[in-house]
Amino acid sequence: MGEVIVITSGKGGVGKTTTTANIGAGLVNLGKSVVVIDADIGLRNLDVVLGLENRIVYDIVDIVTGQCRLKQALIKDKRFDGLYLIPAAQTKDKDSVSTEQMINLCNELKENHDYVLIDCPAGIEQGFRNAIAGADRAIVVTTPEISAVRDADRIIGLLEAAEINDPKLIVNRIRPEMVRRGEMMDLEDMKDILAIEVLGVVPDDENVVISTNRGIPTVADENSFSGQAFRNIALRITGEEVPLMELDLDNTMMGKLKRLLGFGK
Amino acid sequence: MFDLKKFFSKKPTSKDVARDRLKLVLVHDRANCSPELLEMIRGEILEVLQKYVNIDTSKLDIRISTHERDFEGKPALIANIPITSMRRPSE
Repeated sequence: MGEVIVITSGKGGVGKTTTTANIGAGLVNLGKSVVVIDADIGLRNLDVVLGLENRIVYDIVDIVTGQCRLKQALIKDKRFDGLYLIPAAQTKDKDSVSTEQMINLCNELKENHDYVLIDCPAGIEQGFRNAIAGADRAIVVTTPEISAVRDADRIIGLLEAAEINDPKLIVNRIRPEMVRRGEMMDLEDMKDILAIEVLGVVPDDENVVISTNRGIPTVADENSFSGQAFRNIALRITGEEVPLMELDLDNTMMGKLKRLLGFGK
Repeated sequence: MFDLKKFFSKKPTSKDVARDRLKLVLVHDRANCSPELLEMIRGEILEVLQKYVNIDTSKLDIRISTHERDFEGKPALIANIPITSMRRPSE
């Protein structure tokens, strides 16, 4: 019996889809069988982030309305053996899927797969309620900005009201040099404010843009900093204890001295 | 880390400003509690009070306010509970 995890944030543009794609691919690299579902009906995106946009025949609405069998609609990723995508419908209405249909889909999928990851749409309307309906656990993604943290707080409240307890936090796009200058909130600030456990910190990394351009999750890139962060997150999801990454690379003697004297950036 | 530049400047960093603004805005956001929760609070307050006094429930007003100036911007439970009479201990 697998586990259904919803990846949500409230605010749009904080990296939910990228996070879903990378955690999915990361878990597959650990030998797990994973289905990623794009629950953002009308604004399909997980397919392009994963580079699977040319393989879509059926979508989530086709599945829940019985237009096709579940197995027909699962898009198998040829580069990550064990990763499957259920794309969102692009031309249909947000209300094309009901909460019950979503719960049934999740229950069916977790019988045959280790993890079902749901990429939640932004907002707190019906799309959000559908995306969390079948979830056992939740991951809240935020960035170190007031607007994103505020929305994350709201989402945490709504998740708890829906009895999805103990959501975990991913802080995305941290810029260590800005944190050092005191111009960006750090992990401690966000832990303190949101009062939930941290699942991972992902540095702002241009490799994410590059790998998204290519349609290959950055988690597959052994040399990328963000890829390492996502690999750690995948390990933590499977229950392994991995310490949080040291993001500040300028921790050399010279860097410390410069900072002490106030010359550091 | 001790930082000379920060030590000599009086201006708070933008991160401190962000954190303080965020904390304040969340106090307000979180105080917007659901009607069900308020109804539960109301019910239990009345239960306790009615041990000692008789209450005119038709003129009852219990709410959580985030806009009162007197509480340093913190949310406040505001209750107006008209008492019709005291209960005698023997009652």
